[in-house]
Amino acid sequence: MSPFACIVRRDLLLAFRRRSDVFNTLVFFVIVVSLFPLGVGPEPNQLRAMAPGVIWVAALLAAMLALSRLFAADFADGTLEQMALAPEPLFLLVIGKVLSHWLVTGLPLVLMAPVLGLQFDMPLDALGVLVVSLALGTPVLSLIGAVGAALTLGVRGGGVLVALLVLPLYIPVLVFGAGAVVASGAGLSAQAHLLLLGAFLALSLVLSPWATATALRISLD
Amino acid sequence: MLAAEHLECTRGDRTLFRGLSFSLPPARLLHLAGANGTGKTSLLRILCGLLSPTHGQVRWQDRPITAIREDYAAQLLYIGHANGVKDELTALENLEIGAALAGRRCTRDVALGALEELGVGRCAHLPARSLSQGQRRRVALARLALGAGDGPLLWILDEPFAALDQAAVAYLEGLIASHVTAGGMVVLTTHQPFAVASVTVVRVDLDFDMDAAR
Repeated sequence: MSPFACIVRRDLLLAFRRRSDVFNTLVFFVIVVSLFPLGVGPEPNQLRAMAPGVIWVAALLAAMLALSRLFAADFADGTLEQMALAPEPLFLLVIGKVLSHWLVTGLPLVLMAPVLGLQFDMPLDALGVLVVSLALGTPVLSLIGAVGAALTLGVRGGGVLVALLVLPLYIPVLVFGAGAVVASGAGLSAQAHLLLLGAFLALSLVLSPWATATALRISLD
Repeated sequence: MLAAEHLECTRGDRTLFRGLSFSLPPARLLHLAGANGTGKTSLLRILCGLLSPTHGQVRWQDRPITAIREDYAAQLLYIGHANGVKDELTALENLEIGAALAGRRCTRDVALGALEELGVGRCAHLPARSLSQGQRRRVALARLALGAGDGPLLWILDEPFAALDQAAVAYLEGLIASHVTAGGMVVLTTHQPFAVASVTVVRVDLDFDMDAAR
């Protein structure tokens, strides 16, 4: 088995053995989204208007909540050192880790989102765009978040620091992700927004693993 | 050949060692001695390339390790203070994944055999969280017993004898001796006296070097 496949398999196996962590993220997402209709009242037009923003912000926070687990355990038990010393380039292993992290924290959000959208009485095509925008956007969140998680490794109070580092970088993803859904709800084409999200994904796929690997080496130093 | 050239390591505002040079030809064991806090672990991490020295460089086969990181990594096996053993995985999974990560082919039988040799064969299918400290150490050290041949040439071991019982220490000494006799190199730190038969030991004493530097 190649080291890349080995990391993906290992992280999925670890997530499976620590299922509660995965459910925590998902339940957090569901609860945050469900709080809004309770807070602002059952006015359908108002709910429909705020749905894209609310779901996207909740997805953002849920993705960020899961970041602290990305490297912390590997750092504590010494497996991160072994990864840094593997004959494989570290950025490849980072891609593997981020991929499996997205599969267990990002993908469930994508799949859960349309169900939550129904709570807000979102039209069907807007739900479709919501899923596509999240499917393109959440991997970007994981990739950008990995840099923050790597930089704050072993720092006291790292959780808050990650939020401060990463949330500003999440803004473009939020703007175009929620924008796509709003556009489709208004009867416009969401294509431009989605293409930009795709561009963000391509860009972060190239830059973030490299930056993360560098940050990890600094944290191990 | 592994060579350290004029290494200096500063942690915070404290210089741990300065102007440290040595070389380790094949079929030798390097015993790194020194009191607590003299920088043994830092030096081992520098030799691995995990830590960059303030000055100087480490060379492997006459090339700086920073330039040949991946080739060097394929020749290196490092077991540090942390065992690199995952609580949620079984002993066998830990060993197999560790080997795959290091780019080594290892069949299940070989992995089971290595665990058996380290005396943790019975725990192979138990999650590592249920193992004792010594047993976890044995699981980590089982990577050394995966069989010679295409294995890494250079072993860097940080306190390999810590937490082990006498039988395991004796077994590990034998393993190290046979690796070195077969042309391998070992760098290790330990405070325990250890006996490796018919092996040339190079000793680097960080206490002494530090005194000389002052």
